[in-house]
Amino acid sequence: MAVCVAVIAKENYPLYIRSVPTESELQFHYMVHTSLDVVDEKVSAMGKALVDQRELYLGLLYPTEDYKVYGYVTNSKVKFVMVVDSSNAALRDNEIRSMFRKLHNSYTDVMCNPFYTPGDRIQSRCACACRGGPAGRGSCSESK
Amino acid sequence: MEGLTLSDAEQKYYSDLFSYCDIESTKKVAANGRVLELFRAAQLPNDVVLQIMELCGATRLGYFGRSQFYIALKLVAVAQSGFPLRVESINTVKDLPLPRFVASKNEQESRHAASYSSDSENQGSYSGVIPPPPGRGQVKKGSISHDPVQPRASADQQEPASPVVSPQQSPPTSPHTWRKHNRHPSGGNSERPLAGAGPFWSPFGETQSGSSTGDAVWSGHSPPPPQENWVSFADTPPTSTLLTMHPASVQDQTTVRTVASATTANEIRRQSSSYDDPWKITDEQRQYYINQFKTIQPDLNGFIPGSAAKEFFTKSKLPILELSHIWELSDFDKDGALTLDEFCAAFHLVVARKNGYDLPEKLPESLMPKLIDLEDSADVGDQPGEVGYSGSPAEAPPSKSPSMPSLNQTWPELNQSSEDTAIVHPVPIRMTPSKIHMQEMELKRTSSDHTNPTSPLLVKTSDLSEENKINSSVKFASGNTVADGYSSSDSFTSDPEQIGNSVTRQRSHSGTSPDNTAPPPPPPRPQPSHSRSSSLDMNRTFSVTTGQQQAGVVAQPPAVPPRPQPSQAPGPVVHRPVDADGLITHTSTSPQQIPEQPNFADFSQFEVFAASNVNEEQDDEAEKHPEVLSVEKASDPASSLRVAKTDSKIEEKTAASAPANVSKGTTPLAPPPKPVRRRLKSEDELRPEIDEHTQKTGVLAAVLASQPSIPRSVGKDKKAIQASIRRNKETNTVLARLNSELQQQLKDVLEERISLEVQLEQLRPFSHL
Repeated sequence: MAVCVAVIAKENYPLYIRSVPTESELQFHYMVHTSLDVVDEKVSAMGKALVDQRELYLGLLYPTEDYKVYGYVTNSKVKFVMVVDSSNAALRDNEIRSMFRKLHNSYTDVMCNPFYTPGDRIQSRCACACRGGPAGRGSCSESK
Repeated sequence: MEGLTLSDAEQKYYSDLFSYCDIESTKKVAANGRVLELFRAAQLPNDVVLQIMELCGATRLGYFGRSQFYIALKLVAVAQSGFPLRVESINTVKDLPLPRFVASKNEQESRHAASYSSDSENQGSYSGVIPPPPGRGQVKKGSISHDPVQPRASADQQEPASPVVSPQQSPPTSPHTWRKHNRHPSGGNSERPLAGAGPFWSPFGETQSGSSTGDAVWSGHSPPPPQENWVSFADTPPTSTLLTMHPASVQDQTTVRTVASATTANEIRRQSSSYDDPWKITDEQRQYYINQFKTIQPDLNGFIPGSAAKEFFTKSKLPILELSHIWELSDFDKDGALTLDEFCAAFHLVVARKNGYDLPEKLPESLMPKLIDLEDSADVGDQPGEVGYSGSPAEAPPSKSPSMPSLNQTWPELNQSSEDTAIVHPVPIRMTPSKIHMQEMELKRTSSDHTNPTSPLLVKTSDLSEENKINSSVKFASGNTVADGYSSSDSFTSDPEQIGNSVTRQRSHSGTSPDNTAPPPPPPRPQPSHSRSSSLDMNRTFSVTTGQQQAGVVAQPPAVPPRPQPSQAPGPVVHRPVDADGLITHTSTSPQQIPEQPNFADFSQFEVFAASNVNEEQDDEAEKHPEVLSVEKASDPASSLRVAKTDSKIEEKTAASAPANVSKGTTPLAPPPKPVRRRLKSEDELRPEIDEHTQKTGVLAAVLASQPSIPRSVGKDKKAIQASIRRNKETNTVLARLNSELQQQLKDVLEERISLEVQLEQLRPFSHL
C-alpha cells in the first residue's frame, strides 16, 4: 500500500503530494525530495529517452529500512514518486506499474482541463481514495 | 362550440389570464394586444395560433369573450401538449397541463408556474440573478420558474410570512410539469428570497444549500438589467412590459396566491416528487446553449477546444477552481474538448452554480452526454431533451421518466445498466482461452464496455464487473468452462494488472471509451479443431492419430481432470483445478503412472494394437492392466497423457515382454530415465496402490468394471479397448493443453526473471547506499 504519492513538476517542485496521515509525514516529503536525485540519475543514465512504457517506469529508486521508493517519469519530465511500505511483500512490480499508470491517467486528465495551468498545484478531491487500496487500485480522480 | 369543462385549477388559471388580458374590464378581449402576446408567449407556431383563434370562435366574433378565451387557452394547452387541435379535444383530452406561456407573461402565470416548475428548479433560481457579463450572453434561463419564488417575491413585498407558505403556494396548477420560463419578471423578482425554494426542493439537499446561498447571492444583486443577452428564448415581451405589468399584477398575485395556496399543495408535492430533477435542461435552455455553442463552433457535431471553452466560461466570473471542477464533470470523455452535450452540461452547471447551487460531485444523470451505444437502451439518465430539442413546448419533462433517486449514478453504472439492454448479440465465448486470449477478451470487454459473457476466467480477476461474474457463473452452470477458470487461475495472477491496464488504457483514449460500439468479434480460436468444452471433438480425436493430435493441441488450459469415466471425458474435469500444485500432487501420488510414459509416443503401436486382440491372451497381465489403468485414472490428468498410453501399454504388455516396454520407454515424451526407473517398480506395487486409487475416485469403478471384461472375450475386449483408447486420447489432449499452458507460464516467469535481473543491474550502482 502506498504511503505517499507525489507528483513533481519538471522543475522539481511538488505539484501534488499526499501521504498517509502519520506523524512522520515530513519524513515522506524528505524521502521524495531525495529520491529526485535518483530519478535524475536514472533518467540521464537512460540516455536518449525513447518513448517507451518501460522507460517511463523507473522502478525501485532506492529501498530504505521501512520503505521502498518507486519512480516514474513522464515524457514531459513530470515525475511521479511513490513510497510504499516495505512490509507489503505482496506488492509486485506489475502492481506498481499499474498504480503509476493510473496516476498518469489522472494526471493527464488534470492536464486536459483547460482551467488548469501547468505548474499550478493540483487539488485532488479524493486524495485518500486515490492512494487507498492495495496497490492503489482505486481510481484516482484528481481535480484542479 | 361545445361546452367547455374546466378543472378548478384551469378555471382559476384561465380566469386570471382573462382578467389579465381584459385590461379594460369589458369582459371581452380584443384579439390583439395582450392576448396576442399571450399566445405568442405560448410558443406556438403562428398558424397554430390562428387555428386556435379560429376554433374558439374569436375570429368569428372578432374578439375574445370569456368563453372564447377559455377555449383558446385550452386549445393552447392542447397544442402545447402535442395533441391535434380539434374542437373535441377540448374536453376529451384529460389531464391537460395548463397552457404554458413563456416569457413572462404574468406574475400570475408565474405564480401558477410555481407548481409547474418541476424540472427546473434551478431554472427558477436563475431568474435574473446573475448580472450578465458583458457580451457573455449567458442564459440564465432564469426563469423559470422560480415559481415558488415569484410568489414569494411578491410575498416578500407584501407578506413576510409568505415564504413559509411558498412551497405550498402552489398556484393552482396541473400536476404536470410546468416549465415556467418566466425570466422577465426577473426584474421584479430579483429580490425574491430563495427561502421558499428550499423546502420546495427538499429532495435535493444540495439545492437547499444552494438556495440559501442563492438567497444571499440574489440579495447582493441589483435587479439585473434587462437581459437582452440572457433571455434567449423569448420571442417576446421585452422586460419593460413585464415590469410594467408587475405592479399591476402584484395584487392579483396576492389574491391568487392565497387562493392557490390552499388548493394545490398536493399538486405541487406530487409534481415535485415526480419531476424533480434540478439538473434537467429544459428545451429552451438547451436551445440557448446550442445557440451559444454555435457562436463558438458552428458545427454542432464538432468540438469546442478547451481554450475556447475556457474563455467562454471564464466570462461567467466563477472562480477558476469551480470552473475547473465543472470542466472535470462535464468533459465526459476527458479529451480536452467539449461536444455539444458536454457543452450544454457545462453551461448548465455554470448556470446552476451562479444561481447558488452547489456543484455535484458527480455528473448528474440528466447532464450526461448521450453515449452512442446507449441511445436507445438507457432509459435512465439520458436526457430526452437531447433527442428532440426542437424546442417544441410539447416536449415536456413529463415524458421523461423521473430519475430522481439516481441523480448521481456514475457513468460506469449507467453503462452497465444500459448495456444490459444494449447487448445486441451474444459474443461467443471462448471456452478454453489461452492467457493471451483471455487478455484479448478482457480488452474487448473493457473497450466495448459490454459485459459480454466472456470467459469465466475473468471471474478470477477482481476487476470484473458483476455482470461478468454473473455470466461466468452461468458458464459454470454449463459446467464446461470452470475448468478453464481454475486451470488458468495461476496464469492469470498477473493478468489483473494487465487487464486493469487495458481498462485504463481504454480510458485514456480520448473519446473511445464511451463509444461503445458493438463488441468486437472474439479472436479466432487458436485451435480450430475443437474447443475445450466437454464435448471434445471426439471425431477428430478418433480420426487423427493420437500423436498428431497431441501436436495439434495447443494452449488450452486444461483442467486436469481426474480420470474421467468413459462416457464423460471432461465431466469430472470441471472439479479438479489444475494448478501446479495439483500437478505435483498428481505426480507424487501416482508414480506408477510414470511407467506408462514410455508408451506415450507409441501411438502408432497403440493403433496397431487396438486392432489386435492381444489382450485376451495374457490374463495375468490383463489383470494388471486394469489396475494400471485404474491407477492411472486415479492419477490426475497430468498424467493422463501417460494414461493414454496405458492401453497401449497393456497391449504392449500383452504383445511384448517387459523389456519391450522398457525400450519404448525411450520415447521422446517423458524423461526416459524416470520411466525406466519407475518401470522397474514391479507391477506388484501397483496393485496395492490400485486399491487406494479405486477408493479415490468412483470413476474407477466403471473403469474397473470395463477392465476385467477385457480378458473375457475378444469382442468385449475390442470395445473396452476402444473405449479406453478414447479416454486416453482425451486425457492425452487435456494434458497436452496443460502442458502448453504451463510452458507459457514458464515463459512468463522467465521473462519476469529477466526483467528483474535487468532492474538489479540498474540498481547495482546504488548498492552502496
